[in-house]
Amino acid sequence: MATPNTPLWEVFIRSRNGLAHKHVGSLHANDATMALQAARDIYTRRGEGLSIWVVPSSAITASDPAEKGMMFEPAESKIYRHPTFYEVPEEVGHM
Amino acid sequence: MSCANIQVSETPLVLYTLRRADDALILGHRLSEWCGHAPMLEEDMALSNIALDLIGQARELYSYAAKVEGKDNDEDKFAYLRDVRQYRNLLLVEQPNGDFAQTLVRQFFYSAFADLYWRAMMSSRDTTLAAIAAKSEKESAYHLRHASEWIIRLGDGTDESHRRAQGAIDHLWAFTGEMFSVDDGERALIQAGIAIDPASLRARWLTTLSDVAGEATLELPRNEWMQQGGRFGRHSEHLGHLLSELQSMQRTFPGLTW
Repeated sequence: MATPNTPLWEVFIRSRNGLAHKHVGSLHANDATMALQAARDIYTRRGEGLSIWVVPSSAITASDPAEKGMMFEPAESKIYRHPTFYEVPEEVGHM
Repeated sequence: MSCANIQVSETPLVLYTLRRADDALILGHRLSEWCGHAPMLEEDMALSNIALDLIGQARELYSYAAKVEGKDNDEDKFAYLRDVRQYRNLLLVEQPNGDFAQTLVRQFFYSAFADLYWRAMMSSRDTTLAAIAAKSEKESAYHLRHASEWIIRLGDGTDESHRRAQGAIDHLWAFTGEMFSVDDGERALIQAGIAIDPASLRARWLTTLSDVAGEATLELPRNEWMQQGGRFGRHSEHLGHLLSELQSMQRTFPGLTW
């Protein structure tokens, strides 16, 4: 059984044409090697990825949902921070 | 399609191909029995993935056997309409799942062989077998890694997991010799460059086993006596039960399709 003693891992996959690893889900495994194997078996069955990261869930420091007003609302009124006032040249590619 | 057993013209190449197809189908079916029952969700998926790899290998090999035979048979008929005595798989792969350790040790013994076998078969003079080998080799390489990591953790885990893993090794050891034996028909295929001599893989197979067992603090048995018979249709009592489940639909509703 996946007892409470089996650590939880977060899984990140970089897709075939993706530029960055994206969070896809989590799983239980006893160590990093087994977590990587399980991630391959669970999250790449349909050719989703070319690279996998696994990170212990306990290593993640998360923001407090109760503080979202303080954390995120101040940015909402500052539309001048969005780069929408000029054209990005084609040659620049992905930003 | 009737539900009666088919007749197979077992020329050396047909028989050789069917033996490998049967290994893959029966082991794949055994692993599929874990679907929904594995100790954890992650392993449920892993074992089902391996089962699907093996059944995929079986399909390609059956299709090729049908083509070589050139009769009315096809992959479904080979799978569903042959009785126990017509199956040619290794005794190892039909052994019951037992506990998780027994399933993983069986997988480890087989995959350690299959990994070497398919890699060597990539240079077969038979281009179809070489192509099947090229695809299967990558699958088997992962199966071996998956099983090896589990053997290490079971052996070097708790007293209970160590006891079960060692028990499984001792129990299944006598079924490993069959992987390395050949008959006259296969000897001729080996000489023709179509098959490879499995005996040439045994030393490397043993090295893989010793390395993993060493890390797992497990011991490989020293007994040399080996069970034989599967390649000639002489099976343990377990295969009949497996086939009765695997074939029940086609035997009950002949020609049934999805």
